[in-house]
Order: sequence, then structure tokens, then C-alpha cells
Amino acid sequence: MIARGKNASDLFPAVVKNVACKNIEVKKLVYVYLVRYAEEQQDLALLSISTFQRGLKDPNQLIRASALRVLSSIRVPIIVPIMMLAIKEAASDMSPYVRKTAAHAIPKLYSLDSDQKDQLIEVIEKLLADKTTLVAGSVVMAFEEVCPERIDLIHKNYRKLCNLLIDVEEWGQVVIINMLTRYARTQFLSPNQNAEAASLAKRKPYVMDPDHRLLLRNTKPLLQSRNAAVVMAVAQLYFHLAPKAEVGVIAKALVRLLRSHSEVQYVVLQNVATMSIKRRGMFEPYLKSFYIRSTDPTQIKILKLEVLTNLANETNISTILREFQTYIRSMDKDFVAATIQAIGRCATNIGKVRDTCLNGLVQLLSNRDELVVAESVVVIKKLLQMQPAQHSEIIKHMAKLTDNIQVPMARASILWLIGEYCEHVPKIAPDVLRKMAKSFTNEEDIVKLQVINLAAKLYLTNSKQSKLLTQYVLNLAKYDQNYDIRDRARFIRQLIVPTEKSGALNKYAKKLFLAQKPAPILESSFKDRDHFQLGSLSHLLNAKAVGYQELPDWPDEAPDPSVRNVEVPEWTKCTSREKRKEKVEKPFYSDSEGESGPTESADSGEGLGSTVGCQAEVPRVDEGHERGMLAWSTAGHRAVPTGLWPARALLTACVSPCPPVTPPPPQPVPTSNIVSTSLVTDLEGLTLTDTSLAPALLSPALGALRSYELLHRMTGEGLSVEYCFSRRPFPHDAHMVAVQMQICNNTDAEVKSLRISAPKPLSGTRIHEFPEIESLAPGDTASVVMGIDFCDSTQAANFQLCTHTRHFYVSIQPPVGELMAPVFMSENEFKKEQGE
Amino acid sequence: VGSRSVCDYFFEAQERASEAENVPPVIPTPHHYLLSVYRHKIFFVAVIQSEVPPLFVIEFLHRVVDTFQDYFGICSEVMIKDNVVVVYEVLEEMLDNGFPLATESNILKELIKPPTILRTVVNTITGSTNVGDQLPTGQLSVVPWRRTGVKYTNNEAYFDVIEEIDAIIDKSGSTITAEIQGVIDACVKLTGMPDLTLSFMNPRLLDDVSFHPCVRFKRWESERILSFIPPDGNFRLLSYHVSAQNLVAIPVYVKHNISFRDGSSLGRFEITVGPKQTMGKTIEGVMVSSQMPKGVLNMSLTPSQGTHVFDPVTKLLSWDVGKINPQKLPSLKGTMSLQAGASKPDENPTINLQFKIQQLAISGLKVNRLDMYGEKYKPFKGIKYMTKAGKFQVRT
Repeated sequence: MIARGKNASDLFPAVVKNVACKNIEVKKLVYVYLVRYAEEQQDLALLSISTFQRGLKDPNQLIRASALRVLSSIRVPIIVPIMMLAIKEAASDMSPYVRKTAAHAIPKLYSLDSDQKDQLIEVIEKLLADKTTLVAGSVVMAFEEVCPERIDLIHKNYRKLCNLLIDVEEWGQVVIINMLTRYARTQFLSPNQNAEAASLAKRKPYVMDPDHRLLLRNTKPLLQSRNAAVVMAVAQLYFHLAPKAEVGVIAKALVRLLRSHSEVQYVVLQNVATMSIKRRGMFEPYLKSFYIRSTDPTQIKILKLEVLTNLANETNISTILREFQTYIRSMDKDFVAATIQAIGRCATNIGKVRDTCLNGLVQLLSNRDELVVAESVVVIKKLLQMQPAQHSEIIKHMAKLTDNIQVPMARASILWLIGEYCEHVPKIAPDVLRKMAKSFTNEEDIVKLQVINLAAKLYLTNSKQSKLLTQYVLNLAKYDQNYDIRDRARFIRQLIVPTEKSGALNKYAKKLFLAQKPAPILESSFKDRDHFQLGSLSHLLNAKAVGYQELPDWPDEAPDPSVRNVEVPEWTKCTSREKRKEKVEKPFYSDSEGESGPTESADSGEGLGSTVGCQAEVPRVDEGHERGMLAWSTAGHRAVPTGLWPARALLTACVSPCPPVTPPPPQPVPTSNIVSTSLVTDLEGLTLTDTSLAPALLSPALGALRSYELLHRMTGEGLSVEYCFSRRPFPHDAHMVAVQMQICNNTDAEVKSLRISAPKPLSGTRIHEFPEIESLAPGDTASVVMGIDFCDSTQAANFQLCTHTRHFYVSIQPPVGELMAPVFMSENEFKKEQGE
Repeated sequence: VGSRSVCDYFFEAQERASEAENVPPVIPTPHHYLLSVYRHKIFFVAVIQSEVPPLFVIEFLHRVVDTFQDYFGICSEVMIKDNVVVVYEVLEEMLDNGFPLATESNILKELIKPPTILRTVVNTITGSTNVGDQLPTGQLSVVPWRRTGVKYTNNEAYFDVIEEIDAIIDKSGSTITAEIQGVIDACVKLTGMPDLTLSFMNPRLLDDVSFHPCVRFKRWESERILSFIPPDGNFRLLSYHVSAQNLVAIPVYVKHNISFRDGSSLGRFEITVGPKQTMGKTIEGVMVSSQMPKGVLNMSLTPSQGTHVFDPVTKLLSWDVGKINPQKLPSLKGTMSLQAGASKPDENPTINLQFKIQQLAISGLKVNRLDMYGEKYKPFKGIKYMTKAGKFQVRT
């Protein structure tokens, strides 16, 4: 019934009762009904609310989600607080599906009650931090709807979004890419400003922000998407953001879209037309793809024509014109007219072929179809205006046409031409005027105006022959129905016919009428479209659509890039649920971090000698970070769907090349006091997930390096041992992992000959003992380093810790991340290793 | 909630356009924007209130049509009216407040089971529904396009390499443009979570490709191997474009002689189709169609084989040729009767050609091997090649 468009609201109470129905199909249909009519019958709709509230607590995530969906779709203002509560709850739901639904609900609530904006922004902020691909697209959509101006919310999530992008579902990709385009426009410097900037001088040479690069790199594979909208979104991103040299990559993908449905073609061609004005070279290799088939719909034909015209240059003009020749004979008259105009534009743009074009057009004048002739007359008029002198022949020919052509625009054009160049055709002009005067009353307005013009011009140049005719025409015009024509006639009469009263103006009449007129410039109607964001609805319509947001201009100065550094506390704030989820992904993410982490530690280790050196180190650290991100992103791309397999490959890739690396000699743990705080924060920014990593990079002395207990004070009878992974290469054997031990004597007696004995090697596990500690005074602490080769496994290493009196059985189990060693690798090497 | 009156603008535009294809895809109205797609002789219109990438909407509409087709076999007005409940349910799942939700047909089918005769019978007896009550697992997993727990007794994977030649041939028979567009359609019915790799003998041929989301882009970049966990059932794995440098071997030629004479009411019409560079394969399913000028009243033609139809209203001539026998070339000869007194049309009609060649990929693309990992059984594999005419036009 709804489908038939009838108003079914009378049945509302009866239908709503069914909401508690068990049958899911009925339930769904009731939902559809509710969403449609709830706004009209607000009170009754409230009856159903409690069902949804119950649904929100259901253990089945599907039911929770659909309850939230319907609840948020019911547009009844009274339940806004309930909705708000439901959204907030769902935003921290276990299931990402429910969280996604929560993100969807946000714009719905916002459109119902915009006062909730602040609260909603909080929810959006929380959801933006979500790491599942499922949620990302929806939340960005909500962000765009509710608070597109709050660009600061994106900073922290920028890199994450870039990296997740490829795994987000396709609709989300479109929204995210569009959002990132705007973001990048505000946050990065223009890559194309070099030319102008050079003249301004004193500007630093442009270096692309690594994050900008990251965006470009991560979106590029999406050009391969099967979804035309995604391809278009990437194309506009490249067009707006990429350096000139790189924009070319999108051409191929766009040309591919031309094979798609005609509606897609239509939109793509619109965009190509705009692009081809600015960057002609980009599409030139694909010229032939824009050739027109007789089966294309007219609008597509015209757009293709537009593109072809834009692409025309000296080298390819002959082929294009040959194509045009075939088009002119088409049956589709609108298209023929457009072709003729296109020829005119080619002729104006490329001087070389102007004569050929003109000749071709003149031939068309003998075409039987009136529309064709009319259109060519108009175009010829424009062309002739550029170089009138040589073409009196053509003008004569056209004058003859006035007898046959009926299309007013063409008649007017001819008359104008004759009037303008009446000196070139002195014999014909008065004759034409005579004929026109005869038929004056039957002409269209536009033709009448031109007749008056012609008469005036003739009167001035050749008053002998045409004086009477002019008088006659002006008299006719005086009693015309159209006031425009009456006005014109009166004005001209005053101007040209000398009377006693008319003064100075009279003398200038000739100048006024026969002044050199500038030739019109034929240009593309797509010329002014490029200020709209490509691919947007506004661009397509060439008018601002509701809710269109201007693409901001490039900033002059890059805003602080560090805002995008993810701060550690952000992650610790995550709910426990987040963390649990995290664990699943951990083996995969952490190893690339493991890779990036130690890299930094090596970097900063060198720089720690002095504060100055340390400061100088900062940019390098950033670089290292970038590399880490790279490793992450390359692995991130497709590894997520494949699960464990690439993760292991990566792990071996990271672990196996250990031996060839020549690590810097172990340095004494640097005293951290001199480390400037800026470095600290910078390094903090580097860690992506694991809180414990960051400070560890600096030095254990900061105390934050995660230490594990080896021997508790109670079991050790006063002797307590803690160990941590110092993340420095073990000097004696590169295969071994250095373990730093803190041995503390809490007894009141001296502990003597502390050593390791009888290690129980477990399938290849080797242990390099630390030198025996002769004695440890009460209350004293000793720090030693031992090496363990875990053989790339996470098996615990068991051994005995001996004192002069006792033996303690202990074991050390390494976390995966600690088995890594830093390796410098180029991207290619990395790929190779990963390929293995 | 909008009223139906917004669509009036659309009907207006539709009336204005001479042919259905000429309706502009985007129509601005005072408060809304109407975006439409035209498929299977039905318009699907989306109403939009604010700025949105138009392709986003158009692509979605196409996806909706694809889904309907998937569900009901064909997408026609009758079909939609008959299944209005399912249509509503599907749309409800696909869209939430104007944002696409689930568009993978694998997921949708789990949510709402497609109607079959058997199920209708079962449903009426047991009172159960078409709506699945479990959240499809794919929605949450890392492979959103595949459902879990797929089971088949016969495990099979079929791949069809289909290439289409788009060409424009000019009057004298020389090629103006010709390019090859190909797709690989797959029908995979495999148990569990198979991980497939497909490699080509000559992957260099592929110039521009677009993948189903399941294909791992990295491996294609580095090794030119397609590695993927397939969706269940039919899907398009890849579409590609063969690089423009390779010259395209056009497998057929058309000889034509169409002439009108001024003053006379008769015109001559003659077409012959013949094979050219077919690599020993027969050309099948040849169809010649041509839009005749308005002045043509009727045609009296005799084909040497096949059947022909001329529709005097739309002026469309179509000739179903069938197989081409190289010894005896098919031809269509006869006269056209023109409107008396009308001058001769200034354009000769273009000829659209359709044909099929089995067991041949015209670009020479060959699949090397298909391997499966992750599952133990041995699947049955099959690969079929086919070349078709895409937009193949001969100007006369």
C-alpha cells in the first residue's frame, strides 16, 4: 500500500501493535511502516519505543543494531534523549556492527534536533578513534554531516584513516577520500607552487609532507577499484592534491570508466571535460577513446565532442577534423549542430586550420538541412569576424542564402555580417536590405533588430541608395509590437538622420556603428567549472548544490604537522573492549612497530651525546617514523584479510636478517636528563599502540621500560630479581637477545657467588650467562646483562639462578616484540622479503 | 519523508526526451536533485537533497539493479511488483538514511533469502520467513564478501575469459579505433575458505585492470598473480583493458553497398559479412543491425542465410546471420523503397555488428594455472575463452 503511494496512516495503531510480533518478516515490514509514518502520528509511535529499548539490550547484535536503526529513524522529537542515550551506549558496544549503526544514527538525530551537536561531536570523536574498518566509513560520513568544520578531530586519526582506507568498504572509501581531500587542502602546502614560489624567492624548497605522500600513496591502488565512485573520488583527490607530474595516472582509470553504463559515462565525461581544459596532455594518448559512436545517447556525444575539442592541438587536429566530418553527416541534428560549433572552436584555437575549417563550413551551407546551415552560418560569422578582409566571396554567398534560410538566428547573423562588412559587398547590401524591408513585418524580433542595424549602417556608408529604404524600415519599426524594436528605431532615427535638433552625436554616428568590433572568443562552457570540487554534484550542475563545501585553497604556510602524531594517552584511554580486540591484531601490528621502534632507538641513541645533537636528530626520527609507517602500510594493505600468513612472513623477514646487521656497539645507558622534552614528546608520538614501547626507546633509567619479575622477594628468600629486555644488541652473539637483570638483595646478609647454572636448553635455546657476581651487600642492587637465544620462538628459557646457599628455578618467556631486531631495509628489499 | 510529487519533474524530462536514453541522468529541481539510471527499460530514480558525489548515487543505483537481477533472475516491472515485499526488505538492508549499508549480494542473500518456488512452498507450510535472523558473519569478518560455512559436494571453479572488441571501421574498411576490453567472470562453488591463485602466461598484455575487492593488490603489483579468497557463486573477478600498442586483429569484415538515388524511390542495399583472421575458429551468433534513415519506408531483401526483420516504425533493420561459413559467405541483398518525393538522406546508416567466437581470446591472453590453498579437497577447474563484439560499428 505504501508502495502504491496511498496514505496508509489510518491503520497506524493496528500496525504498531504488530511490532512485538515474533515473525521477523512482519517485524521488518512494521519497521518500514513505522519509519514512514511515525512523524505524523507521534503519540502512537511512542507505544513502540519500549519494544526498541528492549531490543537495544538484546544479546543478538543484529537485533541490537536494527532496533537502534529504527529507533533513530523515527522522527519524533520527544524521544531525542532516548536516542541520544542509545547512540552513546551503542558507540561503545562490543560489536563493530552495532557501532557502525550508531555512527549511522548520528546524522539522523542531528537532522531531528541540531541542539545535540556538542554531544554528538563527542560520540563522533570517540568513534573516529575506532580501529575497525567497518566503522571508519560510517563515522566519517557522520562527521561530514554533523561537523565538517571540526577538522581538528581528524588530526589524530589521519594516519590511521589513510592506512585503513584500502580495507574500508567501498562506499565508505568515497566519503573518506572526499573528506581527506578537504583535509589535505587545509593542512599541506601546494605541491605545484614551485614555479610561482621560486619568483617569490626566499622560500624553502618545497618538500612534500610525509603525510601528504602517505595519502597519495595509499589512495593510488583504489584507482583499480570496480566501483566507479571510488575511482572518481581518487581521481579528484589526485587532481586537487597531487603534484603535476603525478596527476597523469588517473587518466587511464577514468578512460576505463567510459566503458561503463551511460550514466557513469555522463558524469565522468563532465569531469574529464573540465580536467582536459587544464591538463590537456593528460588525456591526449587516449584521444581515440573519445571518438563517438552512433549509438551513444546525445548528451554523451556532446560531451565527448567537448573533450575532443579541448584536446585538439596542432598535431592531432587533422585526425580530429576528419572525425568531425563523419559526425556532421549524423542523423542526430542536435549533435550535428554541436559538431559545427566544435569545428568553430577548433578553428579559433588553432590558426593553422582556420581556412580549412572555413571552407568546410561553407560547403555545409549547401546542406539541405536547414538547422545545419543555420548553425554553420552562425559559426562562420564568428570566424569571419577574425579576418573579414579576405572573405568577401563567402559573404556574398551567404547573402544569397537569406532567401532560403528560415532560422531566425542564422538570418540575423547574415544580416549582421552584411551590415558590418557592407563596404566589401557594396552591390549586394542594398539589395538585401530591399528584400528584408519587404518581409520586415513577418520576421522574428531578432531579425528585425538586425534589419534596423543593417539599414543604419547602410545609410551611413551608402546613403544615396539606401536612404529611402532606411526611412521605410524605420517607419515600419516604429509601429512594431515589440517595444525593444520601437526603441531601437527611435534611437537610430535620432542618431543618423540629420535634423536641426540633433547635435554633436550625429557626427559620431558613423564611428559608433562602424567601429572595429573585437572578435568573439569561442571557449568551452567548462572553463569556469574548475572552482568546484571535481566529482561533486555542484560541479556537474555548475551551480552550488545545497550543502556543498568549497574546497579550501592551499594554505601559505603548512600548519603544524605534529598534530597528526598519535599521542599515547589516546590509546590507554581506550576501553577495555578495544584492547581485547586489539589482541587479535597484535601479532601483526606489533611486529612492524617492533621494527620501527628499535630503528628509532638506534637513531636517538647516537644523538643522545649532547642536547644539540639530539635536537638535530629529531627530523631523522621523523623520517624513521615515516619508514615505520611505510612498513606498516605496505603490510597493512592486504595483509588484514589474509590473516596470519603474511604476518608470519613479515616476522621472519624481520627476524631472519639479524646476523648481517652490524649493530652499533652497545652504549652505556645514556643518562636521560639531557634529553630535551621535545624529543620525548616526539618519540612518544611515535609509538602507535603499545604504551610501554615509547619510553623504553629513551632509556631504562626513565623507569618506564617494562620489567618482568623473575624471582619474587618471598620465593627468593629475600633475593628479588627483575628483568627487562634492554633492546640493545647482545655484544657476544648477534643471535641472542639481551636481557638486563636487576638483582636486589633484600636480606640482611650478604649474598655470595650469584651465578646462573645448569641451564636446561630447550631445543636449541642457548643462554649466555652473566659473569658471576662475587657478592652482593644487603640492600644493594646489581645490574647484569645476559644473552638468550630464543631461536625465534616464544618458548620460555629455563635456567637456575644460584647463590652460595640456594638454587632457584626460573624461566624467562619473551614477548614476540622483544625478539625483533632493527633492520634497515629499502622498500624493495622489504617487498622481496615479504614475498618470500 | 518526501512526497511523490518530486518525481513529476522527472516524468516531464522523460517526455521531453525523444528517446529513453536521452533523459539526462541528473535533473535539478527547486528543492531536490533527481539522479536516474536506465536499465532493462526501467528508470530507477534517486532523490537527493544535498551535495553528494553523483557517481556515488549512480553506482549505487546500478548496484541495486544488479541485486534485483541476482534475486529475481530478471529485473522487470512485473517482477518488482510481484516481489514488492522482498524489494522493500532488500532496499531496507541496502540503505540506511541514505547511506549504503550492505551491497554485497553474498551478505544480502544471507540476510534475506532469495525467493524460489521451493522456498515459497516451504514457507507457506511451515510459516517461516525469508528473513535470516542471524547476522551474516561476513559483515564482521575480514573477508566481507564471502560467507562462512559454505558446503558443496562437487567443488568446482569456472572462469570465463570474455573479451570484447570495440571498434569503429570506416567506409573504406580501415580501422579507426579498435580496442579490446576483457573481463574474467568466475563461478566458484568451493567448500570452506579456499585461497586461490590464478596466474597468466602473458600478464604483460593487461594494460589497465580493475579488481573485485577480494584480489590482493600487492601480489598483483609485485608478481602479476591474482591471489584471492573468492566470494561464493558468480562474480566478476577482474576487468581489463589490453594495451593500445597491440594491434587488434579484427576477425570479421563487412562489405556493403548502400546507395540512394535522388528522385528515385528505390535504393539499393547489399551487405556481405566474411571472416578475417579468426585463427581457425568459426564465428557464431552474428547479428547485423542498422538504423535506417527516416525516409526509408520499407525494404525487400533476400538473405542467403539467416532471417531478417525490418521494423518500419523504428526503421531498425536486424539480420540474424548465425554461423559464418567461409566457403559460402552470407549476404543480404535487395532494395529499399523510399518515401516518394523526399530527397535522399544525407547519411548512410551505420552498421552495428555482433558476433561471438568460442574458445578464443583475441588478445592472446592465456591463463597459466589455478592453484588452491587452504582447503584439502581437489576442486574441478575449468576455463573458457570467448571473444565477442562489443561496440562494433561500421560506418558506411
